[in-house]
Amino acid sequence: MDKTWNNKAWFLVLPVLVLVAFSAVIPLMTVVNYSVQDTFGNNVFFWAGTEWFEELLASDRFWEAMVRNLIFSFIILAIEVPLGIFIALNMPKKGWGVPVCLVLMALPLLIPWNVVGTIWQVFGRNDIGLLGYYVNALGVDYNYVQDPFDAWVTVIVMDVWHWTSLVVLLCYAGLVSIPDAFYQAAKIDGASRWAVFRYIQLPKMQRVLLIAVLLRFMDSFMIYTEPFVVTGGGPGNSTTFLSIDLVKTALGQFDLGPAAAMSLVYFLIILLLSWVFYTVMTNYDAER
Amino acid sequence: MARIEVNHIRHSYLPNPRKDSDFALKEVHHTFEDGGAYALLGPSGCGKTTLLNIISGLLHPSHGRLLFNGRDVTNLSTQERNIAQVFQFPVIYDTMTVYDNLAFPLRNRRVPEADVDRKVRETLDMIDLASLAKKKARGLTADQKQKISLGRGLVRSDVNAILFDEPLTVIDPHMKWVLRSQLKQLHRRFGYTMVYVTHDQTEALTFADRVVVMYDGEIVQIGTPAELFERPRHTFVGYFIGSPGMNVLPVSLDGRTATLGAQRIELPGVPKAEGGAVELGIRPEYVRLGREGMAVRVSKVEDVGRHKVVRANLEGREIAAVIGEDDEVPADPKVRFDPAGINIYADSWRVEMGA
Repeated sequence: MDKTWNNKAWFLVLPVLVLVAFSAVIPLMTVVNYSVQDTFGNNVFFWAGTEWFEELLASDRFWEAMVRNLIFSFIILAIEVPLGIFIALNMPKKGWGVPVCLVLMALPLLIPWNVVGTIWQVFGRNDIGLLGYYVNALGVDYNYVQDPFDAWVTVIVMDVWHWTSLVVLLCYAGLVSIPDAFYQAAKIDGASRWAVFRYIQLPKMQRVLLIAVLLRFMDSFMIYTEPFVVTGGGPGNSTTFLSIDLVKTALGQFDLGPAAAMSLVYFLIILLLSWVFYTVMTNYDAER
Repeated sequence: MARIEVNHIRHSYLPNPRKDSDFALKEVHHTFEDGGAYALLGPSGCGKTTLLNIISGLLHPSHGRLLFNGRDVTNLSTQERNIAQVFQFPVIYDTMTVYDNLAFPLRNRRVPEADVDRKVRETLDMIDLASLAKKKARGLTADQKQKISLGRGLVRSDVNAILFDEPLTVIDPHMKWVLRSQLKQLHRRFGYTMVYVTHDQTEALTFADRVVVMYDGEIVQIGTPAELFERPRHTFVGYFIGSPGMNVLPVSLDGRTATLGAQRIELPGVPKAEGGAVELGIRPEYVRLGREGMAVRVSKVEDVGRHKVVRANLEGREIAAVIGEDDEVPADPKVRFDPAGINIYADSWRVEMGA
């Protein structure tokens, strides 16, 4: 087949190119620019080379934030995925209960993130918070402002409250797409409740679960707003995740060079994860 | 194997059925004999699948009881009834191999692995999938998948009955014949009680010893293929079975004669009809086209291969006649009805004829 080559077609892409350049490429390049220089007042720049990167990768602070972030992501995945599947399995499949459940599930997702943070910030306070006050009244010493463990519990419970719905809704979508005949055949074949889950429901949910896991992993790896509102990264640095650390460096200390280096490393990590996500998804499709 | 008694069963999908028309299954009272091969034949929506699902326990009937070998199983679960059922569209366990798919019903019932292996291999040979045993089931074609479904239905030898719900819909025509004859062989060899739901009369007539014809939630006739052909109990059976279906003409009766417009037709006996709308039914195979009898106007001749179907107009009514492949339609066509093929219906139900 003959192909007609016409380089003028590139002009059609030009508007998009300009837009992307202004919205993404140029800002990114300024960050690259900052990351290799030291800045002083009056816009005085000094070449710093790879100094900021070396400093970052050698700093305990960065690696601690990274480890905290990974632990956080792991914990919320370990809770949200099984819990989400469990709730989706027990949601009604027909009748008036369906819209009620769907709306209830969608509610946390519709609340702005900093509002979620504020809700839990107040909810957990041990002087006026509904949760904090009564937990303390029951004799449990709970204070997320001072105790790192309590702060972690609060942030994790908040994330579970906020995001389990996403897993539920995705799994539910997978479940309702299973035709009745599968359940009927399973009854005929004498399958146990577990076998129905293992061989019918789980395989049908596999795809959406993969999306749910990867979305939740990436989101939790970038989490900023909610823990920032609730704990501000404290007590100490106990809930300082990567993004909070980054903002502290960039805006708190106004160390533009190190912050830019950190942004780039962070960006590369996210890029790497996106690539893994994409590869796993496409491989999975090819296998089918 | 079991004798299955369907005892005055009615079923409605509505929570509070009142009228007769609320029932998907009006009233079915019938016994499927142990080891019989039955076909449930009827148009879509006549209640065939409902009846099948009641037998297998996927549905609980609104009224009536179900007995296996005299034992009431109405309230038993599907598992406890020990029934095999094959559905219209393939149901396979995606993540398992073909072998594991077939082994699944056996392993769920804790059959020893040696027996599982023997049964599965036997079944794989039967459905001709032995070469694919180790393959994942999800990659197969639709008819291979349906063969797996069929195989899962046949793999257990101790079942009370095997139910088929239009199992060959997605299979291509050549394979249909092969599988159907295999099912028949299987029936002869092991004497399973088999109930086969279909809306295809050829399938029903070739598979079953006895055909149960359903219409609008009721059983209208149960009989051998020959009985259904010669003596349809209901005009619906006449229409539905045979190609083309039976000619049904409104007539008025006077002793041994039926009057259709200006024509008088001799009957083989005196019909015991007491009022109601009276109709005469005659299959196209018994309508003789020639130079004697009632004048007709031929509108169309269809050559269907082994014979011809003549569409004609008799006293303002469309009728069909079957003539031989080499027979000619005369210039001045007339028809006679062979008395052996005449049935009389009052309000759609067949009436007996006395001497």
